[in-house]
Amino acid sequence: MIEDANRTTLVDEPNTDVIQGTLDLLILKTLSLQPMHGFGIARRVEDISRGVFKVNPGSLLVALQRLERQGWLDAEWRQTENSRRAKFYALTRAGRKQLDVETADWRRRANAVARLLSAEG
Amino acid sequence: MSLWRQLSRGLRALTNRRATDAELSDEILDYLDRAADANVARGMTRRAAYRAARVELGNPTVTREHVRNAGWENTIETLIADVRYGLRRLRSNPGFTAVAAITLALGIGATTVIFSAINPILFKALPYPHADRVLMVSDAANNGTPLPVTFGTYREILQRSHSFGALAPFKPWQPTLEGGAEPERLTGQAVGAEYFRALGVLPVRGRDFTADDDRFGEPKVVIVSDALWRRRLGGDPAIVGRTVTLDDDPYVVIGVMPPSFENVPDANAEIWMPLQYKPVFTPDSREWGHHLRLVGRVRSGVDLAAARADLGAIARTPRADMPRVPWASLQAGLIVTSLQADVAREVRPALLAVFAAVLVLLIIACVNVTNLLLARGAQRRGEFALRAALGAGRTRLLRQLVTESVMLSLFGGALGVLVAVIGLRAFVAMSPVGLPRLASMHVDMTALVFALVVTSVIGLAVGVLPALHASREDLQAGLQETSRRSASEHHATRRALVVVEVALSLVLLASAGLLLRSLERVFAVNVGFDASHLATMQVQLTGHRYGDDASKARFFDDALAAVRRIPGVTAAAFTQQLPLSGDLDVYGVHLERTADPKDDGAALRYAVTPDYFAAMRIPLLRGRFLDRHDVAGAPLAVVINESFARAEFGKDDPIGQRLQAGPRDRWYTVVGVVGDVKQQIDALDNRYAVYVTPSQWHWVDNLVSLVVRTQGDPGTLASSVRGAIWSVDKNQPVVRVATMSGLVARATAGRRFALVLFEVFGLAALVLAAVGIYGVLSGSVTERIREIGVRAAMGAAPRDILALILRQGLKLTLAGVALGLAGAAAATRGLDTMLFGITRLDPATYVGVIVLLFGVSVVACWIPAWRAARIDPSITLRSE
Repeated sequence: MIEDANRTTLVDEPNTDVIQGTLDLLILKTLSLQPMHGFGIARRVEDISRGVFKVNPGSLLVALQRLERQGWLDAEWRQTENSRRAKFYALTRAGRKQLDVETADWRRRANAVARLLSAEG
Repeated sequence: MSLWRQLSRGLRALTNRRATDAELSDEILDYLDRAADANVARGMTRRAAYRAARVELGNPTVTREHVRNAGWENTIETLIADVRYGLRRLRSNPGFTAVAAITLALGIGATTVIFSAINPILFKALPYPHADRVLMVSDAANNGTPLPVTFGTYREILQRSHSFGALAPFKPWQPTLEGGAEPERLTGQAVGAEYFRALGVLPVRGRDFTADDDRFGEPKVVIVSDALWRRRLGGDPAIVGRTVTLDDDPYVVIGVMPPSFENVPDANAEIWMPLQYKPVFTPDSREWGHHLRLVGRVRSGVDLAAARADLGAIARTPRADMPRVPWASLQAGLIVTSLQADVAREVRPALLAVFAAVLVLLIIACVNVTNLLLARGAQRRGEFALRAALGAGRTRLLRQLVTESVMLSLFGGALGVLVAVIGLRAFVAMSPVGLPRLASMHVDMTALVFALVVTSVIGLAVGVLPALHASREDLQAGLQETSRRSASEHHATRRALVVVEVALSLVLLASAGLLLRSLERVFAVNVGFDASHLATMQVQLTGHRYGDDASKARFFDDALAAVRRIPGVTAAAFTQQLPLSGDLDVYGVHLERTADPKDDGAALRYAVTPDYFAAMRIPLLRGRFLDRHDVAGAPLAVVINESFARAEFGKDDPIGQRLQAGPRDRWYTVVGVVGDVKQQIDALDNRYAVYVTPSQWHWVDNLVSLVVRTQGDPGTLASSVRGAIWSVDKNQPVVRVATMSGLVARATAGRRFALVLFEVFGLAALVLAAVGIYGVLSGSVTERIREIGVRAAMGAAPRDILALILRQGLKLTLAGVALGLAGAAAATRGLDTMLFGITRLDPATYVGVIVLLFGVSVVACWIPAWRAARIDPSITLRSE
């Protein structure tokens, strides 16, 4: 419920808690490439953003649980190398749609911010 | 989908906490391992890599908690923990829990019972469509009291008024249903054709009455209630069109009312016939007697005020083509009330008084709970300070307290529901004759919820105070329990509350006391006859055999002769109106010596066989009793009562004077004066009464009461008396078998009922006040234990300390009594109509109540005072 509220406020009021919204977007985007476990997601986000985003593991796990309960992710324990097990997350159909929505939303806001900044300059 | 996931995941976490926790731990550990592996790959040593990973992740347990807390199920887990803790607290202090829960239960239960009982009578709309449009129309006596209307008045209103969509007169009708094992006298009504349309409920089988049914001489038809149809008519689905025999006559059943139909004008009626009055009648016929009640439904679109105005205008402007008789001239106007107000008229003041009393009780209960919670809050300040010091947030503490308060309220509420259910049953079972709408009294959910909410909100508000304190105050001070100032503030509040409690209890107790004294006075009333050793029963003459007066008179003679032959019977007589039975048969009287043709007064009319005075032991004051020579054809004789003689004749001798009673077609000569008899036990003054023999009255009544004076217990003779009557005619139903002392008890049942309610409330209030006083004093002793120890060490004797504490408690009582006296003086105004023989400021009552309150408060003070007196200074001072 809180997530829903946040999402709507993002559209209406761009200056609310952006970090959380961004984290969700980053997780969804990362998982759209391939299913991954928590550490893998953190690692990938750091790599692709070239270290701009450093994901706090606690926040990441909370976010994963929330997104899973939203029905955007599916979770599954899988065997990995060295007979270890890890909890893998994969994007669901609803998650894919959500990614589209959030991506479009982000672009819109980023453009708006960019326009504002250039106008100032 | 996502909602389902939320629910199922949350539920899984709740029901299988261990597994979900393990899974989460695994995930976190896996994360840690992988992070460490990555660090190793970057060239760190295994140990350094692991430490770095841990630093990044933070404490795994904290992380786990963090993730765990994000789910909704966590709220429920906390709640469960709070409930567990609260239960433990309540259990560890059973005295507090019991007192608080019982207080709540009493308050909630009593309020619910009383409101459930009076709501259908006074407030809830009657079970009819647009019930507010159903009006009762009454004639008015010169002093403004309502009188039944005459048929003539009804006919005039029917022809002239355009306000009513349906208008119907009705009167009681008690036919005897034959067939089946034994004859049964039914309670019913003879009604105008539009009766059911006026109420707005039509038969569910068959048809309603039509104007044709109500014409004189038409075939006789009846509509029956659902209950009668099932009970006596076998629930026959083809009942419509069948014939039943009532009073020797065939009646065709034309309709059955729905089971839900509630006949508010007469709750006991279960059979209805059309009135079928003659269209043409003379002034001396019954059609001009005040004996009908009139119900009407205001036509939709007509304003209620307009309908009243319309009736007023009709009353004021007689029309030449509709002549009225002098006693129904409508000079005093017509009285128009809603049907609801009409049925509640007599009980309304008593019900409102009882309702006020129960609200006072509810307030006392609230005050008491407030007091208890404040006291407990004070005791728990240390606990909350400790918990706050250990890191419990303010919201967490508040939540804990709210949970506890709610649990207490729910517990009290559950008990309250029990009290309400049992109490309402007792109320209905004990309720006096004449309380309307008993059938629709159910535990009223609104009232229950109202009382529950009021008490819980107060519990909540008061319950959270200590938590607020704990978070606001300096923790150090709370832990050391030395913040004296706020403790004394608390105490001032609690003392004020106790004073209020005592004052309110005094109001209730004084009211109960006034009612008790009134009842005593009623019992002390001289009824004017000897009520002991009297058996009474009602006999109804029905059927064609008694079509003429001579055959009725013969039956009475034979029955009396048979009854007198029973061993143990010393005298027996018939009267058509029995004192204290609820009968009320009043006719206008007119004296020959007054020139004004109007009635000189209204007199109770008793048509009695000559032995009546002997059987009742009514004293003769002048002249003679009626005797066996006063028969039809002989000079008409009347015996009047003392009040009549004194008021109308003064010092003149009434013997030999002539008067008219009832229809103005004959003159009676006064032959004797007898003592006054109370027809209603709590009538304030004696009414006029005239006694004539049945054969000299205008008609011979069908429904008469037998009074039998016996040597032994009158109750044991009832069946042989009934047998004697049936030996004369076995088809005559005998009803209302009672002893006269039983009737006295019944006549006072209403008073007794109100008294019992007030006594219960008064006692409950007294107990609650005592608990309040005890609680405050005992808390104060605990807090002053050091001071008392010092006093004892300085040489105060135990009795000095006892006196100190007692004085403190009695001061509270004194203040409460002073406040309560003022309150009672004002509040008992509402009781005025229920008092008898005393004023509402009756000193004896107040003295008694004050003594009682002080006595109880001494007892309540004694225990803490005694505890204080036994304090050993060496122990209290060392415990510093």
